[in-house]
Amino acid sequence: MGALSVSPHESNIDWRLPARGRVGMYCLICAESAIFTIFVVAYLFYIGKSLTGPKPKDVLHPPIFFTVCLLSSSLTVHTAVRSLFRGNLAAFARWWILTILLGGTFLFGTLQEWRRLIFDDGLTVSTNLFGTTYYSLVGLHAFHVTMGLVALSTVVVFYFAGRLRREHAERLEVLSMYWHFVDAVWIVVFTVVYAVGV
Amino acid sequence: MRRSLEFVRRICILSVCAAMPVLAQARVDSRLPTNIFAPASTPAEAIFGLSIFVLLTVAGIFIVVFALLAYAVVRFRSRPGDDHSEPAQIYGSDRVELSWTVIPVLIVITLFLASARVIASVQGAVPPPGALEVTVIGHQYWWEYRYPELHIVTANELHVPVSDRAHPTPTFLTLLSADTDHSFWVPRLAGKTDLIPNHPNHTWIDPYEPGVFLGQCAQYCGTQHAKMLLRVYVQPPAEFERWVHEQEQPAQSAAPSTGQRVFESTACVNCHTVSGTPAKGRFGPDLTHLMSRDTIAAGAAPNTPSMLRLWIRNPDAIKPGSKMPAMGLSDQDVEAVASYLETLR
Amino acid sequence: MHSNISEVSELPAAPPPFTLRLHHWVTTVDHKRLGVLYVLYALVFLVVGGIEASIMRLQLIRPHNDFVSPQVFNRMFTMHGTTMIFFMAMPMLFGFANYLVPLMVGARDMAFPRLNAFSFWMTALGGLLLYFSFLGGNGLYGAGGAPDVGWFAYAPLTAKTFSVGHSTDFWILSLLVSGIGSIGFAINTIATILCMRCPGMTMGKMPLFAWMNLVMAGLVILAVSPLSAAQIMLLIDRYLGGHFFDTQAGGSAVIWMHFFWVFGHPEVYVLVLPAFGFASEIIPVFSRKAIFGYSVMVMATVAIGFISMSVWAHHMFTVGMSPGANTFFVISTMAIAVPTGIKIFNWLATMWGGKIHLAAPMLFCIAFLFQFLIAGLTGITLAAAPFDWQLGNSYYVVAHFHYVIVGGIVFTIFGAFYYWFPKVTGKMYHETLAKLHFWLFLIGFHLTFDFMHVPGLLGMPRRIYTYEPGRGWDLWNLIVTIGVFFQAAGILAFVANLVWSWLRGKVAGNDPWDAWTLEWSTSSPPPVYNYAVVPTVLSRRPLWDLKHPEDPDWRYE
Repeated sequence: MGALSVSPHESNIDWRLPARGRVGMYCLICAESAIFTIFVVAYLFYIGKSLTGPKPKDVLHPPIFFTVCLLSSSLTVHTAVRSLFRGNLAAFARWWILTILLGGTFLFGTLQEWRRLIFDDGLTVSTNLFGTTYYSLVGLHAFHVTMGLVALSTVVVFYFAGRLRREHAERLEVLSMYWHFVDAVWIVVFTVVYAVGV
Repeated sequence: MRRSLEFVRRICILSVCAAMPVLAQARVDSRLPTNIFAPASTPAEAIFGLSIFVLLTVAGIFIVVFALLAYAVVRFRSRPGDDHSEPAQIYGSDRVELSWTVIPVLIVITLFLASARVIASVQGAVPPPGALEVTVIGHQYWWEYRYPELHIVTANELHVPVSDRAHPTPTFLTLLSADTDHSFWVPRLAGKTDLIPNHPNHTWIDPYEPGVFLGQCAQYCGTQHAKMLLRVYVQPPAEFERWVHEQEQPAQSAAPSTGQRVFESTACVNCHTVSGTPAKGRFGPDLTHLMSRDTIAAGAAPNTPSMLRLWIRNPDAIKPGSKMPAMGLSDQDVEAVASYLETLR
Repeated sequence: MHSNISEVSELPAAPPPFTLRLHHWVTTVDHKRLGVLYVLYALVFLVVGGIEASIMRLQLIRPHNDFVSPQVFNRMFTMHGTTMIFFMAMPMLFGFANYLVPLMVGARDMAFPRLNAFSFWMTALGGLLLYFSFLGGNGLYGAGGAPDVGWFAYAPLTAKTFSVGHSTDFWILSLLVSGIGSIGFAINTIATILCMRCPGMTMGKMPLFAWMNLVMAGLVILAVSPLSAAQIMLLIDRYLGGHFFDTQAGGSAVIWMHFFWVFGHPEVYVLVLPAFGFASEIIPVFSRKAIFGYSVMVMATVAIGFISMSVWAHHMFTVGMSPGANTFFVISTMAIAVPTGIKIFNWLATMWGGKIHLAAPMLFCIAFLFQFLIAGLTGITLAAAPFDWQLGNSYYVVAHFHYVIVGGIVFTIFGAFYYWFPKVTGKMYHETLAKLHFWLFLIGFHLTFDFMHVPGLLGMPRRIYTYEPGRGWDLWNLIVTIGVFFQAAGILAFVANLVWSWLRGKVAGNDPWDAWTLEWSTSSPPPVYNYAVVPTVLSRRPLWDLKHPEDPDWRYE
């Protein structure tokens, strides 16, 4: 049979625990941070150690515009979630879609940079240590941006199917934490690749 | 139950006693050529001193805690005729917790300081003027030795001069690798140091008694890691000089025998060097003075006529998975090549 | 409204067909069923890993033996290590945690039941991938089968040059896949413990088993991720021409070691903390006393968690790090001995003045105490770096870590099996058979792993498929191998006990041990919803409070 209440009197204590979605997302962010840390450490360790090939300062141009796009998308996603908390679904959708567009622009910028590096500068993942660590680190980040965009787009599909409600605000806030994490990682990657490593 | 616990205690005591003869008595027992408790060189000796200190400390801790545990299990057993009352519930004691925190911390600090001292003395050693420099290059599955100042290249058997304690003539080894990770471990001479490609390492030995010291590769390097054996020949100065002189000579240039022709026209020369001849391969051991060595295949077989022929005919019979391929030579050719190699003293 | 419930409940339920039952097991998201699946999965791999070990020991029973070829032997030690860590120990411990943690914190399931199922199946897939390599892989020199690069797969042995074929890829992929499962499980555990405790159960009132699993889960998150990262890098090297560990291109073999051991060392704490959790639940109950020093145990556990992230390079004392680096890792490694030792003293103090009942769970935990003490002490000898320059990579190390994992962790796992078997199955196990299991395994364990230290002290390195006679190693290797037979017999007794007791064991009742944590307040087995009414607790031992209303714990805590 089921359990007995193990206190002699009914519980009238105020019992509030953290939300599990939030805690789960923080844990995921920790795990992902650990993965990125290893790639960053490898990048830093191998700075200046390539035996051949293009050097960072010869071929890298800091993607300022695309960085601004990505970092702004944190503001837009935050605004979207706030709108949903207030019940303004239309505003939510506008800011959320803007987030996706900004993220997509960032990805486009990454791909554009890679095309130039591969075809014009002759830098691939197998060229030298710089190539290996650069594409791995930036690529890992781009992969996470892509995953984030997929998740964000799924939400848009739900919106247009009329299934999105104000009650989903907390869950979407948890999702937006992931997006903020992706942006924060970019700050670190940008610093390491375009500032420290050059 | 009491019998059972006695049994457990006896097993533990037996283990300790079994180890004691090894530790205490067999120090320089030729039946134990790789005993870490029989140092014959300063680094091994420094480690030995530390090890005894550490072992005695942990033995002391073990005896105390073991005794308390054994006592508790025996003394506080529930007896058959027991009433089912619960014993006094004790939730903790700050004083007790403090004491068994402070004492371990003190022990840890002592052990740490003792270790730090040996780290500094062994790793910080600087080659004195008379030191011999040898470059050791690890290969799958053999050892290459280059003596840069003496212009000698040899394989698998390292010769060094004995070092006088009063006026040391140590040997400093630079450790490199041609392929994967290896580790140079001759327990009676020093602790092990790894050979890692693109990561030169250094170690040193100053053996103070002559003899042959054994060891083997101690970092898994592939199929035949187990038979990448080490032999270090520590020789008195005159003998060492003689060995150096012999190694410096190129191969005797008599008229090329059949065997030499087979050797040079088959792929042998792709891997092996015989100085003074066209054979200049670097993948396998230098064979110029093959007959000066006691073993072949990095210690996997003694250097006897039958073993040499077996090795040439079918290396996998001695060291399956070694990098030397069976060249598919006819019996005649094997005999010819072996005869040629037997002239390489 | 007229209810049909009474009519429905009068009809005896026909047992559902086998396919339906199977479907329920395969699609379950119930933490209890997933826990059982994890444990059964691990049991299978315990036997498989044991067979691999037996093959190795038969080969090493005498020098120059030819029971198996070096190629097979090298695959055996690689697979044995990888299997036992990733597909035996971790699933076993995750399984117990899965089953017990929600029950112990008064919850109805884990925080994310579907993630729970996903994590299990990822782990299971990883194991299948690894073993598929016997069929699908090629090793060194293209000769068939399973990975043979050692369980820590040092670079550059794992480069395409030295590991042609796919055996190494199976190693990488199987661990990447099961790593996802591990991280999923860890996220779930943390969220469950932080977010789903029943009213009144503050963090300071949780069972120690929950605390141990909380810290363990934190370590999984911080440690398994670096392994995954390193493995992705290795894949990039092997398939995209990358140079992370390519020494010819200026890459570093040592950095693989750092990345691996940043995972590898916290990993052993991932394994040992739940074992400490088992001991912390069993020893108090069978000593009839509360755990001595609960708060200190918690603090020591958290300290171990933190310090364990800083000791990894004690696996690398021989690779040529600077004296400063070596010295740092000596102190950090020795430091971790302090909170660990404190725990041993606390368990000892729990037994002290108690009334010890020597049933099977307690026998295994007492053996654990003795053996873990020895394991910790041999660890201290290895922490003294210069001593490690001799002992490292030798059979002394193999003896040490088996002492921890088998003598420490596996023994407490056996204790946990017997302790919670009545709760999970509703049946009591066979006590005499359990004691037979204990004595056989104890004798075998000590024959094998006590004497295994000696060849290490006499210069025998590890991972060698054969060895030279005349070095004094022969007798010890023989004794070590003989111990394997006793251990195998013990495992047979264990499996026989599990099967027999599940089929024919006596009804156990809710609380056969007169224990104190929440899971013993449910039926055996618990209903699928665990608690009809979510309990409220006032102390660390809610059932003690119920059974001793005149002297409840909450007066003293």
